[in-house]
Amino acid sequence: MTEPAATAPRAPAPEKPQHKVRINVLRYNPQERGSVPRMQAYELEEAEGMTLFIALNEIREKQDASLHFDFVCRAGICGSCAMVINGRPGLACRTLTQSLGPEITLAPLPVFELIADLSVNTGKWMRAMSERLQAWVHMKEQEIDISRLEQRMEPELAQKIYELDRCIECGCCVAACGTARMRQDFVGAVGLNKIARFRLDPRDARTDADFYELVGDDSGVFGCMSLLACHDVCPKSLPLATQIAFVRRKMAGAGWN
Amino acid sequence: MNVIYTDVLVIGGGLAGLRIGIGAKRRGHDVIILSLVPPKRSHSAAAQGGMQASLGNVVKAMGDNEDVHFEDTVRGSDWGADQRVVRMFVDTAPKAVRELAAWGVPWSRVRKGDREVIINGQKTTITERDEAHGLVMQRDFGGTKKWRACYVSDGTGHAMLYAMSDQAIAQAITVHERMEALALIHDGSRCYGAVVRNLVTGELVAYVAKATAIASGGAGRLYRATTNAVICEGIGTALALETGVAAVANMEAIQFHPTAIFPACILVTEGCRGDGGLLRDAEGKRFMPDYEPEKKELASRDVVSRRMEEHIRSGKGVKSRFGEHLWLDITLLGAKHIDSNLREVKEICHYFLGINPITDWIPVRPAQHYTMGGIRTDYSGASPTLKGLYAAGEAACWDLHGFNRLGGNSVAETVVGGMIVGEYIADFCASAESNLTISTGLIREFLEHEQAKLDALAGNRGGEEANLLRVRMQEIMMSRVGIFRTGEELGAAVEELQSLLRRSRNIGLRSTANGANPELVSAYRVQKMLRLALCVAYGALTRTESRGAHFRHDYPRRNDAEWLHRTLATWKSPDDTLPALAREPIEVMQKELPPGWRGYGAKDYLDHPDTARRVAEVEAIRSRLAGAGRTKVQEALMPYSVLLPERFRSPNERIDEPFSPPAPAEPRMATP
Repeated sequence: MTEPAATAPRAPAPEKPQHKVRINVLRYNPQERGSVPRMQAYELEEAEGMTLFIALNEIREKQDASLHFDFVCRAGICGSCAMVINGRPGLACRTLTQSLGPEITLAPLPVFELIADLSVNTGKWMRAMSERLQAWVHMKEQEIDISRLEQRMEPELAQKIYELDRCIECGCCVAACGTARMRQDFVGAVGLNKIARFRLDPRDARTDADFYELVGDDSGVFGCMSLLACHDVCPKSLPLATQIAFVRRKMAGAGWN
Repeated sequence: MNVIYTDVLVIGGGLAGLRIGIGAKRRGHDVIILSLVPPKRSHSAAAQGGMQASLGNVVKAMGDNEDVHFEDTVRGSDWGADQRVVRMFVDTAPKAVRELAAWGVPWSRVRKGDREVIINGQKTTITERDEAHGLVMQRDFGGTKKWRACYVSDGTGHAMLYAMSDQAIAQAITVHERMEALALIHDGSRCYGAVVRNLVTGELVAYVAKATAIASGGAGRLYRATTNAVICEGIGTALALETGVAAVANMEAIQFHPTAIFPACILVTEGCRGDGGLLRDAEGKRFMPDYEPEKKELASRDVVSRRMEEHIRSGKGVKSRFGEHLWLDITLLGAKHIDSNLREVKEICHYFLGINPITDWIPVRPAQHYTMGGIRTDYSGASPTLKGLYAAGEAACWDLHGFNRLGGNSVAETVVGGMIVGEYIADFCASAESNLTISTGLIREFLEHEQAKLDALAGNRGGEEANLLRVRMQEIMMSRVGIFRTGEELGAAVEELQSLLRRSRNIGLRSTANGANPELVSAYRVQKMLRLALCVAYGALTRTESRGAHFRHDYPRRNDAEWLHRTLATWKSPDDTLPALAREPIEVMQKELPPGWRGYGAKDYLDHPDTARRVAEVEAIRSRLAGAGRTKVQEALMPYSVLLPERFRSPNERIDEPFSPPAPAEPRMATP
């Protein structure tokens, strides 16, 4: 039953000397009377493999019980913990403090309603966007017989749809978007990506004309200024700029614009 | 007094809760779903590798059907499951996959022709059938005879949750986000809804409903090392327990997943091993075949986790500054496979370990993963003791998993449970049975009681620190109520948890905000969690046998003669420090599959006195009905189909079991 090791296991990283990291947080709790926006600094010992999830929880447990932030999966898959990390929107749970240097500045995502400190209401924004874009499969038949074989789909197409379906609605693309900062009704790259996703899906009964009706104006695809920040910050590396350009080209071709 | 009325109140916005909501709304009832977080952030999204459903499309799944899925699940449960519920589940799982397919889940699909796979460490070519082309794909998972896990790359739960949540939005189902239920409103026999706290403003609201369904997931955060999301604290389960009327069952049955990355405790899917990944020790040796020659890396999770810990204890673990671990090797699967089918795994390895699993081995060690126990319900999801209360998904114990759950059966259960329980709730709400007469005095009493508890916490300065109590509880659960248990350790755990519970009555806060105050949240939750932890530890202490994930060094054998029982726990008075435990027998004579060897793991167990008689009965029925077809035989062994809602009773079509008249010759093909 013995067999030789296929490859030599990687040795664990050598121990590094401990050092301090300083985390500056933009704090404000609109629920609390007298609260004003301010920066607050916390210092803590940096540990090997420390993420912002670990660091912020340590601050809350040992230094400041009132600090607000949102984590759920702490594994980079649920999208709860997006915040502005040293000026750039990203997922805090999978960001190592070591990758940021000794001074870290954290702020809540802009555009979204602030709950308190680093916690923002992305859920409300995303639901409104989904309702506005009717972001669900519009089935061709109302009732399907679920005891029969499922409808077939080419394996490549399923994979292509999944590529766009990987969006976790974290809000990074919206927070990084110039248009979203200026137009409250802009559906953002997250919304346009959904249109691209449902357009690709043969189970959705909607036609191109239906989709164009939803996004064929400045709150939709013509609001995009092609700054490409959405594409750069997407934690799932979704091809957002490509999808937006594609939807826009399709629309121009269909005689809109 | 702030009161909101609805027909169905669902506590929890993951897959089970959303599906209950969709089912009830479709039948014309008003629904409000409460969720701690936006529903798409629920822990359902964390299911990576797949959902068990016997579609039988791929060539390695040929011959799969409800019967095989049933047997795998019952063996996996170590004969603890309710076999009628397992039957209902395996019938409905294929329908759940197909419903989700219609709602937009981009299930990975079969391509006809040759493909290369890794089986038992060897490259093998298998040939998929032409007639399977474009149907939903299956991969191998632990503890199953056939390849049965339907999947979407390794983001299965994410894709399912998004499609489900999108359908809930399409049906205009109301979701109240960032709302937390603090107590169920009841009069000792009827549940009327819940007292709910707004996590942003701190305001209390009473929700009054004909039916209240708890679908709040598991309680992994009772443990220090868990794969569960931070919101999986078992609060929904504790709400039922705190009524003193509803029972929780089998809380001692806690599953540890073999492959949590070390030390961050983030799950990497069982699909890694299902697709051919191997476990290796400090010497690089593949060790599972020595322990489990039949199923090797793909024995059930309880068995693999125990073998891994045993191997570490024998000195074969890899030593690191954080402690010891083993290796998961998926390098043999190759870049192409990992980049398309295990990409979340690759991302997790990149961000949390700084390694690339295409070339590097992944450090892993078992971590708490799943709560088999939960709120005791009957097959319809209803609490037998508190009318109007329902539960589904991981929060419930209707009892699909017994003492060990198979990989891919939980994400399947969320949807199937939601489908079945949703129908039963709709039936209930449509009948006069559900008519409510409630005194506003009762609502006020519950609201005031909860407010008083919060005020007491907020008003106490310098008392116990909630966080310290929580951490200590998690450490005790980890070190004394973990994978290997003994009476001595469990006794010590019960003692100390009781002392923590007493101390938790004097928690004080340092931060004074009334609204969204994370310290206050932590304070009231730890009081509830300690009660649940005591149900786990005390149940484990009382159960003097080993079954499934519950393993006692001092009682290493499964003991059907004395312990073919569920453990029921109730919390009679808020002042108690221990639950009242009772035993609910599991009847051998009604079982379709009488207890025996699981096909992996330990071979010595003590039989129940009825087992031999039932085995003989089952054999007689099988030989009498030989050739009568599998459905007839099953019906004679253990009738169950009347328990299924009518909507889900029809048989499931497969390539090898076509309906007549056959399905339309060539279903619409989608072109890329």
